[in-house]
Amino acid sequence: MITDQSIFQAIALTLAQAIVLISVAPAIVGLIRKVKARLQCRQGAGIFQPYADLRKLFRKQPVVSTTASWIFTATPYIVFASTLTAGLLVPVFASQMPLNFAGNILAFVYLLALGTFFLILAGLDAGSSFGGMGSSRESIVASLTEPAMIMAIFAIALAAGSTNLSTIVHKTALLEGIVTDPSSHVMALAALFIVTLAETGRVPVDNPATHLELTMIHEAMVLEYSGRYLAVMEWASGIKLLVFLTLIANVFVPWGIATRVTPVALSIGLAVYVVKVAGLAVLIGTIECMFAKLRLFRVPDLLGVAFILALLGLLFFYILRG
Amino acid sequence: MAILLFLTLVGYAAGLLLPLCVPARPKVQNILAHGLAGVAAVGGCCLGITGLLAAKPFEMSVPSTLPLLTFAIRLDPLASFFLLTISLVSLAASIYALGYVTKFYGRVSMSLLGSLFNGFLLSMTLVVIADNGFFFLIVWELMSLISYFLVVTEHEKSDVRYAGLFYLIMTHVGTAFILLTFLLLFQESGSFSFDAFRQPEQSLPDGMKTMVFLTALIGFGTKAGFVPLHVWLPYAHPAAPSHISALMSGVMIKTAIYALVRVCFDFFGGYFPWWWGFVVLAIGAVSAVLGVMYALMEHDLKSLLAYHSVENIGIILLGIGAGMIFHSYGFEELAALGLIAGLYHTINHAIFKALLFFGAGSLLYATHTRNMEEYGGLLRRMPWTGACFLIGAVSIAALPPTNGFISEWLVFQSLFLSYEIPSLFMKLMLPIAAAMLALTGVLALTCFAKAFGISFLALPRSSHAKHAEEVPWPMRIGMGFLAAGCVALGLAPMLAVPIMDRVTASMIGASISEKMLALGGWALTPVNVEFSSISSPVLGLVLAATAAFGLALVALHGGTRAYRYGKTWACGLNVTPRMEYSATGFVQPIKRVFSTIYQPTVKLETDFLEESRYFAKRRRFEFHIEPVFQKYLYDSVVTFMSGLAHRLRIVQAGSLHLYLAYMFVTLVMLLLLAL
Repeated sequence: MITDQSIFQAIALTLAQAIVLISVAPAIVGLIRKVKARLQCRQGAGIFQPYADLRKLFRKQPVVSTTASWIFTATPYIVFASTLTAGLLVPVFASQMPLNFAGNILAFVYLLALGTFFLILAGLDAGSSFGGMGSSRESIVASLTEPAMIMAIFAIALAAGSTNLSTIVHKTALLEGIVTDPSSHVMALAALFIVTLAETGRVPVDNPATHLELTMIHEAMVLEYSGRYLAVMEWASGIKLLVFLTLIANVFVPWGIATRVTPVALSIGLAVYVVKVAGLAVLIGTIECMFAKLRLFRVPDLLGVAFILALLGLLFFYILRG
Repeated sequence: MAILLFLTLVGYAAGLLLPLCVPARPKVQNILAHGLAGVAAVGGCCLGITGLLAAKPFEMSVPSTLPLLTFAIRLDPLASFFLLTISLVSLAASIYALGYVTKFYGRVSMSLLGSLFNGFLLSMTLVVIADNGFFFLIVWELMSLISYFLVVTEHEKSDVRYAGLFYLIMTHVGTAFILLTFLLLFQESGSFSFDAFRQPEQSLPDGMKTMVFLTALIGFGTKAGFVPLHVWLPYAHPAAPSHISALMSGVMIKTAIYALVRVCFDFFGGYFPWWWGFVVLAIGAVSAVLGVMYALMEHDLKSLLAYHSVENIGIILLGIGAGMIFHSYGFEELAALGLIAGLYHTINHAIFKALLFFGAGSLLYATHTRNMEEYGGLLRRMPWTGACFLIGAVSIAALPPTNGFISEWLVFQSLFLSYEIPSLFMKLMLPIAAAMLALTGVLALTCFAKAFGISFLALPRSSHAKHAEEVPWPMRIGMGFLAAGCVALGLAPMLAVPIMDRVTASMIGASISEKMLALGGWALTPVNVEFSSISSPVLGLVLAATAAFGLALVALHGGTRAYRYGKTWACGLNVTPRMEYSATGFVQPIKRVFSTIYQPTVKLETDFLEESRYFAKRRRFEFHIEPVFQKYLYDSVVTFMSGLAHRLRIVQAGSLHLYLAYMFVTLVMLLLLAL
């Protein structure tokens, strides 16, 4: 909470977290691509290639469709802002984030939804069929992920007695006031992992490396973007991926995170964090190589599994606790 | 306070009578009627605020010559809160109507429309402040009848007449049940005054209590329009002129919520079994999900909004139901939280739904059609309407930092805090209701992405949309007023929560606003600060800061270069409106995934050329979804009734002699009975 930290320290911590999220996100995207390339017996571009791509995009002159309205040019910034704000509610390297009081897990979910809403609008704005198709598909995927996500997070929140993310992470890291109950935790983890794949547009729900009209969801929505707008969009989607990986890494295995604000603890926290999300990125890259993309109308089954898992997690929590 | 009350009632009464007396010049009648309504609505707002702040309820009563009827008025915090909600929306509607009704000049009698408008507002005001059952029924019936007349304003259209008739029947079935409720209460207390109903020592037998609850639930439920009593809503609300639709959807259905809270928490003093709360919760959850699902399939903008009222009433009932459950288990603070969540969503829904109906009205005004598939590209032609509609859409989709988010957040919290309840069943049911609420929220997001995206973005889909122009100033001011309300109630919950807390404190006795506002009001928590907290002003600030950060990032990388316009790439063809995604196409995946609920039927007929089966001469595509409740619940009743009527027609032979014989037989029978 904000009480035992000076306002100065609070702002510094928040800014540091924002900078970590913004700067690490492209590397994670690069890492996943590298893992995929290696598993497909390709050399692949370097891990830091996305930074160069972003740099290039920033310098290009953007083209905006003549049919588009101000929604089209405003959306990249809204998506960026909402994703980053949601990211600031998840503790990254220090468990007690000053912004903890500003929003709990529901605020996190709904902030991301704000970005999704504008992304769907932007997809429709250019007037091509591709954009509309992406928007339509994105909305069905979002509709099915959200209930599963809320249930999974609630199952975790119960154990910590809080729905504020920093509080959950802090308590779990210190094993304080936690009802240890691995079965419900594991089920919630599985549910949240499926949700992560769906929300961040990864295989088997969506394929981020495709521009085929039959398969794309997220890419179809941002198809009309170019130049700096595309750069901001890409960066935001990288941050979203990283934020979800952070959520999984820190809520389920928070150990190593800085529970006190000292230089040593913070550096250890940051190092452990990078290792954890890199590990998860490798896992995602591997999964993307092992599975084929699902047909759109098989996706509800997968997300249904996530929902049921989360619900079982909740039930187990109540039954095992007695 | 009496002066304010006088001003409000006289203002509406004058607005009711004067337009009928002035010469038939539409412009004069318009300004007179809506100006007076606006003044009276301001009086109503002030009255509501004073009523909420007053130490004890304001009471007034005028006896009548009829037995059991007193014109008793009581302004307790609950009544004041609903009065404030109604008056706020009425004020906006009065301003908006000044511009909107000009489209009826010469077609509809302006004196009648203006007079009925005032009568409608007057009757709604009286409904929430009435303190006598008999009086309540009279004004309730007035409200229903006047709204019927307003629904059939454009009675030359046959679908409007059908909608009106449907509404009239449904509302009277509802009134019958409400009458039954009051008669049951009267039977026990021997009086129609609300004071007699709320005597705590009055001990109704359990069976009787249940009867009263069920009749009230059905009676007020038909007005509130929850599933399965919602069927009239999507017909009647769109048929009325748009400022009336806004009032009906935004506030009239809330009078039913008012009455349900009044009956459960006031008349029964909160003494009810847990399953009442569960029934309300279950109805709320089902209404929320089904309401938004049917809304998704609507392409008539106003019907879509009407279905969203079903959804939002469901969300309000989720809050109130959770409050009732907590109350029956003795968790008074959590009960207050649930009730506050429900009330907060009540005022929020009143504001954003009225705003959206105004937006739909503006589109109708500018394009002369309600069909979304004929809109498109309107954001450039109607920037004000577009911006206001967008704010309303973001609010109803419960996205931060607007008002819909705050109240849905509170409903979620009261459902999550279910882990405190001792019963395992309830522990599980409330989170499942929360999951249904999550589904509702995201489907509402989809629905409004569709509504806004298809209507306002991309290319115009018809010549109507191509030639649309921005609406006149009064309409823009009406919308802007409500849009500002959406933002204010979203960013400043610390100002709104204490107001609702006064209502729950008077109903339940637990005052929790101090516990709900942490960090000097900057953060909002559901009683338990450890469990969760949120701060919408800070979130808004962080959003603004991060957006600025993004802009700075772009500027640093030479982002100052102007962009270039180019045509949307359409595989080498010229982009035409026919390439755009339509509303139907947009929701196709949802229709398919939830086909169990929609039960869609698709019919495709093709006439081929005689020469070859490879060339089609004509194709006919037909598609509709099955309105399940209408088909299985209502149609069977209608079939039964018309069958019965058919049978009974035998007695009606058309011969005068036979009728005289009936009379004679009846007379003889009565005489025999009298003996």
